Amino acid sequence: MTATGEPSPALREPSPPLREPAPLLRESAPSLREPWHDLGFAPADALARQRAGASFGMWIFIASEVLFFGALFLFYAALRAEHPEAVAAAARETNIVYGTANTALLLTSGLLAAIAARAAEVPALRRLVLVCLLLTAGLGLAFLIVKGFEYREDIRENLVPGPGFKLADRPTQLFFGFYWFATAVHGIHLAIGIGLVTRLAWKGWRAPDFLATSPQVEVALLYWGFVDMVWIVLYPALYLVGRAG
Amino acid sequence: MSPHIAQSPTALADPDELALGLPESYLAAGHTLGSWLTTTDHKRIAILYGLSITLFFFLGGAAATAVRLELFTPEADFVGSDTYNKLFTLHGVIMVWFFLIPSIPTTFGNFLLPLMIGARDLAFPKLNLVSWYLNLGGGLLAAVAVLAGGIDTGWTFYVPYATVFSDTAVSVAVLGVFVAGFSTIATGVNFIATVHLLRAPGMTWFRLPLFVWAMYTTSLIFVLATPVLALTLLLVLAERAFGLPIFDPARGGDPILFQHLFWFYSHPAVYIMILPAMGVISEVITCFSRRVVFGYTFMVYALVAIAVIGFFTWGHHMFTSGMSPYAALLFSFLSFIVAVPSAIKVFNWTATLYRGQIGFESPMLYALGFLGLFTVGGLTGLFLASIPIDVHVQDTYFVVAHFHYIMVGASVSAYFAGLHLWWPKITGRMYPETWAKFAAILMFFGFNLTFFPQFIAGYLGMPRRYHVYPPEFQVWNVLSSSGAAVLAVAYLMPLGYLTWSVFFGARARNDPWNATGLEWRTTSPPPRDNFLGRVAVLGPPYDYHPAGSPPTQDQPHLPTQESQA
Repeated sequence: MTATGEPSPALREPSPPLREPAPLLRESAPSLREPWHDLGFAPADALARQRAGASFGMWIFIASEVLFFGALFLFYAALRAEHPEAVAAAARETNIVYGTANTALLLTSGLLAAIAARAAEVPALRRLVLVCLLLTAGLGLAFLIVKGFEYREDIRENLVPGPGFKLADRPTQLFFGFYWFATAVHGIHLAIGIGLVTRLAWKGWRAPDFLATSPQVEVALLYWGFVDMVWIVLYPALYLVGRAG
Repeated sequence: MSPHIAQSPTALADPDELALGLPESYLAAGHTLGSWLTTTDHKRIAILYGLSITLFFFLGGAAATAVRLELFTPEADFVGSDTYNKLFTLHGVIMVWFFLIPSIPTTFGNFLLPLMIGARDLAFPKLNLVSWYLNLGGGLLAAVAVLAGGIDTGWTFYVPYATVFSDTAVSVAVLGVFVAGFSTIATGVNFIATVHLLRAPGMTWFRLPLFVWAMYTTSLIFVLATPVLALTLLLVLAERAFGLPIFDPARGGDPILFQHLFWFYSHPAVYIMILPAMGVISEVITCFSRRVVFGYTFMVYALVAIAVIGFFTWGHHMFTSGMSPYAALLFSFLSFIVAVPSAIKVFNWTATLYRGQIGFESPMLYALGFLGLFTVGGLTGLFLASIPIDVHVQDTYFVVAHFHYIMVGASVSAYFAGLHLWWPKITGRMYPETWAKFAAILMFFGFNLTFFPQFIAGYLGMPRRYHVYPPEFQVWNVLSSSGAAVLAVAYLMPLGYLTWSVFFGARARNDPWNATGLEWRTTSPPPRDNFLGRVAVLGPPYDYHPAGSPPTQDQPHLPTQESQA
């Protein structure tokens, strides 16, 4: 890689012992971490790069999650292609009131999360960011509570697959297999999101410049946005398909 | 590349001889168990992975030994059918998910990716440590499944057997694989972000060593295929543990859908196993033939093409499961197509050897073995991509032999090639070369003796996954089992002499092979921050002999050197 015969450029500079990377840089930017602290950039640039790195990592993870839920929706598509009537009949049994209310809750939380992400870049808006974060987590929690009520209704109406299932046609149970599985998996994702956002609010409340400097804000809110998006696909798949036409 | 001794101060890295004030090596940066278990140093995490996958390798190997022992005779005289099912399942689950998939990426990838691109560490060092714990946790869950009586589904967990009928500890094992999946996703995210964001100045995309490209393309598969497996396993768990109707045909479900989802991950997983091996081989062959790699850009495009096309060939595992003939045609065609970039790579490696000054040090012996075994494995893959032949040999030992040529013959050979090439860099010690050469040759012969007879037995119709078989197949099975004994010795030997070298081996120079590549431009073993000074890259990789230059005497001579040869 380096020219033959010559010592490599890495070795040519006699270079001060590099165990301690420029101390000035560490002090002025406390939230710089290895390996981002030693790239030879000015502190502000290094910080920007670290933030970009964290967001980039999250985008890759979201790509991974898209494939995860993609496989889930493939399962749904195959189910619907193989048993169109049963899926339509079963989907009419879902509780559209709870479902729609939850959609409204989650979309509103997504809006607040987006506001928080943008406002976090402005140090003067710290209070607004904190409020938005708390509301985001609160609406997420409300979603889970409404979901709990919906589950109670479903159980009461014998919509749990197994003996004594409400509908006679067997493949209708497959739809509800999907329903319970998909909403549970989405609920777990949302619960993780609530944890992340609450943690942001807690840290932002404790450390004044956390929200403006930490890459965690954008990362957590990107994740929140993704969990919202999953619901945007799940909502019509669960609640609207059976009722259309 | 004239003088034998590199002309740089860091070649004098033995502090016993001369104190140069060099930073301590990563190995010396802490000796307590805690300093290892909480480390965020990519090099130490690579060592942790190295230890855990070695454990899994020998666990899976022990199961294979028991399988081969049983198959020595046509009757069931060593284990019964249930135990046999559990043994080959254990072998498959451990070897695929806890050895082959993490093997090269998490050891050499972790250790070398930052070094090769001139970075201090991976982009997310803590995530890297988390990924090791996830991998270990998954492995322990699989071990719990074994202790709870084992699993008998085969490594593929086919439904409805895995969800409705099997009365073994399937749920725990599935959960273990699920957890380990997160570990590979984390590694993939880390590698991709590192390659994108932490390359040293001058390290452009087309100056990346091919090993880095291999890690990058493998990571793409990690990130995009593993989640599909994760979801599929969750569906299996939902059906098995929570009783939800998912795939059960008795309740209207579709078991074929499971196979589609499973192979959508598990076929690309084959490329997860082979792409890193290709990366290692590119490094070894260039170094030991003293030649720039032939057709660098095509080598890169071939890696990318394999990674992309590999996503669209999964259906060839299901030709006999029932699918539309048009789909079968398409999958067959794509399976042929994916062989093209693989062939490009084989031809380019061969062309790299042409007119090179080939040295037969142990890493090169493993690499040459890889070339032969990969070619056989790849060509028999074309047999299987052809539908009529596939229908004939479906579920026979022909298939077993084919994928062992790729996954063991090629991938494991490459793993050992890399282990011997980078051992001096990783540990700072030289291993006994004569033993290493002997092990490499033994491994090649042992492997062929084990698996070549299986092609014949399979073509004659011996089905896989049976512990009893018609007596006319016995000759092939005796050959195969004898080969397995040879292979076992060949695998145990490096465990012995490499361990010996850690304590008693001669100290390694910084660049014992006169190799190019940034990982050789630092001390052996490297310091915590990898390099002494800032790295800048001035030229393309594999800067060995210029074309047309006369032979020189820089062939690595494996030294019985002391710290300074």
